Amino acid sequence: MQAALSATTGQTVQVYNVSGAGGTIGLAQFVNEAKGKPHELMVGGLVMVGAIQTNKAPVSLSQVTPIALLTAEAEAIVVPADSKYQTLQELITDFKANPTAIVWGGGSAGGTDHILVGLIAKTVGVAPNQVNYIAYSGGGEATAAILSGAVTAGVSGVSEFAEQVAAGTMRMLAVSSEQRIEGVGAPTLKEAGVDVALMNWRAVFGAPDLTAEQRAAIIATFAKMHASKEWQDALAKNGWSDFFRTGDEFNSFLNNEMTRIGGVLRDLGLVQ
Amino acid sequence: MLSAISGFANVLTPQYLLLAAIGVTIGTAIGVLPGIGPVLTVALLLPLTYNFDPTGALIMFAGIYYGGMDGGSTTSILLNTPGESASVATTFEGFAMAKSGRAGAALATAAVGSFVAGTLSPILLTFVAPLLARVALLFQPADYFALTVLAFVSVTALVGSSVIRGMISLFIGLFFGLIGIDILSGQVRMTFGIVELLDGIDVVVVAVGLFAVGEALYVASQLRHSKEEILSVRSSIWMNCEEWQRSWPAWLRGALIGFSLGALPAGGAEIPTFLSYTIEKRLSKHKEEWGHGAIEGVAGPEAANNAAFSGVLVPLLTLSLPTSATAAILLAAFQIYNLQPGPLLFQKAPDLVWTLVASLYIGNMMLLILNLPLIRIWVKILTIPRPLLYSGILVFGTLGVYSMANSFIDVLLMYAIGVIGFFMRRFQLPVGPAILGLILLPLAEAQFRRALAISQGDLSVFVPRPLSLGLLLAALAALVLPYLPALAARLTGKQTGPRRLVFGKGDED
Repeated sequence: MQAALSATTGQTVQVYNVSGAGGTIGLAQFVNEAKGKPHELMVGGLVMVGAIQTNKAPVSLSQVTPIALLTAEAEAIVVPADSKYQTLQELITDFKANPTAIVWGGGSAGGTDHILVGLIAKTVGVAPNQVNYIAYSGGGEATAAILSGAVTAGVSGVSEFAEQVAAGTMRMLAVSSEQRIEGVGAPTLKEAGVDVALMNWRAVFGAPDLTAEQRAAIIATFAKMHASKEWQDALAKNGWSDFFRTGDEFNSFLNNEMTRIGGVLRDLGLVQ
Repeated sequence: MLSAISGFANVLTPQYLLLAAIGVTIGTAIGVLPGIGPVLTVALLLPLTYNFDPTGALIMFAGIYYGGMDGGSTTSILLNTPGESASVATTFEGFAMAKSGRAGAALATAAVGSFVAGTLSPILLTFVAPLLARVALLFQPADYFALTVLAFVSVTALVGSSVIRGMISLFIGLFFGLIGIDILSGQVRMTFGIVELLDGIDVVVVAVGLFAVGEALYVASQLRHSKEEILSVRSSIWMNCEEWQRSWPAWLRGALIGFSLGALPAGGAEIPTFLSYTIEKRLSKHKEEWGHGAIEGVAGPEAANNAAFSGVLVPLLTLSLPTSATAAILLAAFQIYNLQPGPLLFQKAPDLVWTLVASLYIGNMMLLILNLPLIRIWVKILTIPRPLLYSGILVFGTLGVYSMANSFIDVLLMYAIGVIGFFMRRFQLPVGPAILGLILLPLAEAQFRRALAISQGDLSVFVPRPLSLGLLLAALAALVLPYLPALAARLTGKQTGPRRLVFGKGDED
């Protein structure tokens, strides 16, 4: 994004990476230090929405100015190649019959993968606090756990499993996007009879307390960046899918996500 | 096999050759200096290498590690002060040889032995690691838990003068490891409302605190103590025919012992060096020479400590399991570069793995050149005044830790941990297990809870799996083993000797 934004604005763009606690440390810094400064931006996403609630962060995304949604990645549900589950329906049937016997493995507690399992449970009528979810520190560790047969099913980003699925060591049962993904054989959750869609999205936010003009100007810059060749190349190179939405459309999307994610995290027992 | 060969092609680029050379040079220097070891050095360098290409940085760190082993032998032989703990066994015969004017032969057998072991052991690594990586794919949480239990039991029970001291150090590490967001439940533990602690305390902060600040404070408190005498190297640094003949079987045995024990989850470099020393003494045809400078007593342990590094890489790369404090720091380095060692590393980053392995051969060749003709220069390092050296380390450590996240809290933490490190040294608690505890015990906790969650709370989950049962039994054996000779003596009514066998000093750094 740095390169694409520089090319669009003709200016040098500096990128800071503030690591830690699902982005909430970065958010707190941004809220406190960037107030009213139109030249400071922050990138955050679904993980941050969840982390704010589980970490009881003193700041929230409603304090910053939403600019534009940029990218999104679908989640995938996989089983090891020698699993008895051929389809998602079979897995869900057993999950409904004996929820705790199905062990789900994925990324950190309260992260996107955990949220998806919570949403699925809620939708198929299993109490989310019955979900037996085993958190791993990342997709790589989760992949090893799935291959070892330690967990029944694994959840992570589609790209995380692509290699193993191609190699035939894992079977992808479903993806979490609204539509099927090109080049991926698995059906969507909705097609498989579970009315859930979840994208791991990333967006750019402006500082708190920006004026309407400042916000409009930043949105215009990002619209230009979105159309640029550099950005489209970056999307293709990194395998990100385009999820560009700005203005009110982004605002209402964000509000929906905050309510939905907050709800499922409460149901999972991660937020009191 | 193809990727192993392409690793060689990669490492022969000027950039990697240079980094390997820098690594072994720094390693030799810090190995020569007592009190400053590979853990401290890699921890100090980590913040500076954030923007490095990971392969290059790891090649350099590996060079520091086995360079340190070689440098350590120099001080062991000439000064009777091991530069680091894996060279302790070398002091016994090495210093005796130096006293009788055979320092040159001792240094030569150490250098050539390290080279022989450093060339053989990566070959073993090349074949063993991919096999274990395949087996490691079958490891489930219960097995991983058993593995971590074995690792920390053997580290505390076999190394160090006291199990209790080792355990205390391990649990100090565990305490630091528990701070932050719990990975399994997402809940916050022991952060006392400090946002910066949410992600836990960085290993580098703990390592620099315990090793650099702690050691500096300790040295400062001991400065008025007597000066050591350095024996000069009068003879030429080479061996005669008989010395060659007596050295080479010891090298081969040492390399084999070093690699295989290093590769076990009970690894580290200390146990193999002591074992090699004991075996050479038993097998020697010149028993009368032991204690007065038997060359096998230098050749074996020096080959063993070098081979142990390749051994330690096996569980580190394939299981993500560090078995020594240095390995724990290397694991932290991998994670900083977003690389997760484990069974999938060989599939995901074969270039990195094989370039690293290939760099071991190249680095060892460089070490041979560094050590044989230049040994007199290295001895000069010992004349650097301690106050200058340690204040330099403090400045370097403070800057490094601050630059990691521009966090003032990190620096405060580092000094607070440094004070703990000082008292640990003051009361003879080994520092190495604390770093291992920091990384190993949270891993053990997570795997234990995962295993229980999968079995839905059934504690017997550790028993039916042959792998986890076997590992847990091995851990029990490691705990009991040091007491067996004493116990047997008591049962047969003989005079009791030492209450417990000790395989090392336990202050690995």
